[in-house]
Amino acid sequence: MKTGPTPSPLAPADAKIGPKPPLRRFHQARWDEPLLFELGSPGERGVLPPLAQAPADVVLPDGLRRAAPPALPELSQPQVLRHYLRLSQENLGADFNVDVGQGTCTMKYSPKVNDRFVRDPKVAGLHPLQDERTVQGVLEIMYRLEGLLREISGMDRFTLQPGAGSAAIYTNVAMIRAYFAARGEAETRDEVITTIFSHPSNAACAKTAGFKVITLYPDADGYPDIEALRQAVGPRTAALLITNPEDTGLFNPRIEEFVRIVHEAGGLCAYDQANANGILGITRARDTGFDLCHFNLHKTFSTPHACGGPAAGACGVSAELAPYLPTPTVEFDGTRYRLDDDRPESIGKIRPFYGVVPNLVRAYAWIMSLGGAGLREAAEVAVLNNNYLMAKVLQIRGASVPYAPGRPRVEQVRYSWERLAEETGVHSEDIGVRAADFGTHYWTSHHPYIVPEPMTLEPTESYSRAELDEYAAILAEVAREAYEDPETVRTAPHRSTVHRARVDVLDDPATWAVTWRAYRRKILGE
Amino acid sequence: MNAHPYIPNSVPEVKREMLEAIGARSVEDFYADVPGRIRLDRPLDLPPPMRSEAELVRHVGGLLGRNTSAQEALSFLGAGCYHHHVPAVVEEVVNRSEFLTAYAGEPYEDHGRFQALWEYQSLMGELLEMDVVSVPVYDGFQAAATALRMAGRITGHRRLLLVTAVAPDKLSKIEDYVRPDHDVVLVPVDPATGLADPAAVRAELAAGDVAAVFAEAPSASGILDPALPSLAEIAHEAGAQYVVGCNPTSLGAVTPPAAYGADIVCGDVQPLGLPMSYGGMNGGFIATRDEELYVGEFPSRLFGLAPTSVEGEYGFGDVAYERTSFALREEGKEWVGTAAALNGIAAGVYLALMGPQGMREVAETILANTRYALDRLASVPGVETPYADAPHFADFTLRFTGSRTAAEVGEALLEHGIFGGRVLSDTDALYCVTEIHTKDDIDRLAATLQEIAK
Repeated sequence: MKTGPTPSPLAPADAKIGPKPPLRRFHQARWDEPLLFELGSPGERGVLPPLAQAPADVVLPDGLRRAAPPALPELSQPQVLRHYLRLSQENLGADFNVDVGQGTCTMKYSPKVNDRFVRDPKVAGLHPLQDERTVQGVLEIMYRLEGLLREISGMDRFTLQPGAGSAAIYTNVAMIRAYFAARGEAETRDEVITTIFSHPSNAACAKTAGFKVITLYPDADGYPDIEALRQAVGPRTAALLITNPEDTGLFNPRIEEFVRIVHEAGGLCAYDQANANGILGITRARDTGFDLCHFNLHKTFSTPHACGGPAAGACGVSAELAPYLPTPTVEFDGTRYRLDDDRPESIGKIRPFYGVVPNLVRAYAWIMSLGGAGLREAAEVAVLNNNYLMAKVLQIRGASVPYAPGRPRVEQVRYSWERLAEETGVHSEDIGVRAADFGTHYWTSHHPYIVPEPMTLEPTESYSRAELDEYAAILAEVAREAYEDPETVRTAPHRSTVHRARVDVLDDPATWAVTWRAYRRKILGE
Repeated sequence: MNAHPYIPNSVPEVKREMLEAIGARSVEDFYADVPGRIRLDRPLDLPPPMRSEAELVRHVGGLLGRNTSAQEALSFLGAGCYHHHVPAVVEEVVNRSEFLTAYAGEPYEDHGRFQALWEYQSLMGELLEMDVVSVPVYDGFQAAATALRMAGRITGHRRLLLVTAVAPDKLSKIEDYVRPDHDVVLVPVDPATGLADPAAVRAELAAGDVAAVFAEAPSASGILDPALPSLAEIAHEAGAQYVVGCNPTSLGAVTPPAAYGADIVCGDVQPLGLPMSYGGMNGGFIATRDEELYVGEFPSRLFGLAPTSVEGEYGFGDVAYERTSFALREEGKEWVGTAAALNGIAAGVYLALMGPQGMREVAETILANTRYALDRLASVPGVETPYADAPHFADFTLRFTGSRTAAEVGEALLEHGIFGGRVLSDTDALYCVTEIHTKDDIDRLAATLQEIAK
């Protein structure tokens, strides 16, 4: 048997160790992994379930016994594992990249220890209808988490039930609707005001709940237009749904006046705190006069984003709105924690049971690991990181920050590549695709593109100065390419799992294929 | 404070250098737009930070230690959250950082996420025998409420008929959600049998303006109603959509609703490989035929398969993205945002592992266990099984006719280390068995009830 090191093909003098190149060389995994349906063979098994041990004569009525088993693929266990682990490698999770490019989403580090808590059978193995005496620990965590969020926001009560941020926005709208219904104003207060730089769900949830939506656009400095608000409010105003800082990263300095104007018109004010990360411990929703707010626990309070959920939301309300909170609430009588369903004015249930409990446990653990001083530190470092990155990006040819020149931004910035696009023909979306070749991601912005050729970066507190430098260097490199070698950018990606998809087929009813069945029928003609 | 492990740039020297690089005096400069009047002039009044990870583990672990999991007892709880075996491979996959911490990347960064979710849609499509399945919405409640609103948009009608037993919590969600556009009409089931009342459904349909007939398969009482196929006909004759909520686990043995005429099918993937997690791990599915009329009414994302610039490569992207609120704000259909994607991936891994035979076996095992439990418990003095003539899947109703109420029976069972079913009334409770229950488990419940339910 051979022992000892393999001889190097290089002579010692040729072998140089380090330093790393200035820009990371990256290539996304490419496994050319087939579709699951192309794998396996008839008869293979992935897992064997228990068979019934007891004699039982099961009769299903006519038409209710499935004629043939579902046409699922048949795969052995290792094949399934390898398939999905290959797919996992073809992903760029926040644990792998300097994930500052998904602005408005607060991509931050989710501590691994918190994941351990939720995998424990003491969380994962709890049934929601167990006797309350057997779930005192999880109820206490929910009760304590509510208390922490109350202090962070100044609000009087919270529900932890919403399944995500948009579900929380909807919950707030449903409570606003119930509030006016209880006052006999359901018919007259039928308008909701929001701003174009708030998440689209503010407008969409209000519409879903039956409200007419009025959208405010920015003034010349990028702040929500207060004159437009004055024009919009009136006896029909039910509520203002607004985020602050907005997705531009600008904090609206007249926010109290916005709240006052809406209150004077008889409306309520709901604070979308999707962008709360930069203002933790700095300013609170209730102190600004808001009647309702919501947090995204998967953003501000560090629960993993999980490919787009499960997330978790939390809605805070003033005492006046508390009767309308969804059922149940978690209460404590000094000895025992319990679920309170006896809430006659409640909007009722908004989801099964009590919320996305694993993410509530994670959020609780994250806040407890930081304390009040730590939350403020997270906010301040996130804001420092943001302004540091902004200074770096502004040095890149073709990049700019529209609105309020010289004013600081809070936790994120909506940049514009308008000049670069005019000068090179390369668009923001192209730059984002090319950035993927360097092992990172960025996102333009929600539609409509009020800021031309947008790019929204939110560095949060989770990245080191060196990582921010690296991110800025990647953007600078792609911008340099746009000027000197635009074809390279336009034809990106070059180092990804796949190449650019023909998205036109996805908008055509004749060719879109949402499932393997549809693909076989429509494309393969089977 | 000391540099915090979660915050790299909390090192004071680094902060100072970064401020210098920007030309700022302090971080206060960046908050210049936050007026003094709304500045918090004191530290947040929160508990002091846990200095160490060890301390945090001790604290959270101590709280969690006060819970007794359903796995430590013998549990007969179901009622919308089901205790199934979760294969180890499912946990392995969804706990990978690449899936757990991915979010909104484009197909070029997150090809695997797109493929895994498209495969989830495809696997569900086979189980449901439907060509269009959405990326998961929050949960089965949301799926049902949205399916009903989709039916309303398609028909332009106002009334929604709920014709099987629907759980009160789910009904509450539906009523709140459809309120602006729809009236919910509960068509009561026959109290003697627990079954839908087709004559009453016909009468309500005759009154007109019905957008949808909604049935649950199984119903909130666990009943697979023999009328499910015929309800499709009477709904369609009246120009209404037939919307069916189903437990996906049952479909290994039970006919998928599409095969008996359902237009929109919805439900929750929690039984497909998701832990119970105190009722917190859900994902709603909505499925339809592949028609533009239906696809156009989905509020949620639909991932589609597309060619790329390289022949033979599978690419992925959003189908008809312009219908969503991401593109259209208030002009979109309801809304779309972060929901429950990873739970869909978990369900996909589960279905891939189970395959057709596994799904058939698990469904048959649950059907058999439910029937055995009904038969066995009916022989216990003081226990009745009021709807036992109907086929059941997982959930079933027990009626306690002895000296103890259903709640008192549950209390007494707890003393024996058994979690009894959800209490529905003084006399009735909803019990549940799945494939994880053995004959001995059910016999133990019967023997214990024999002692305490008299």
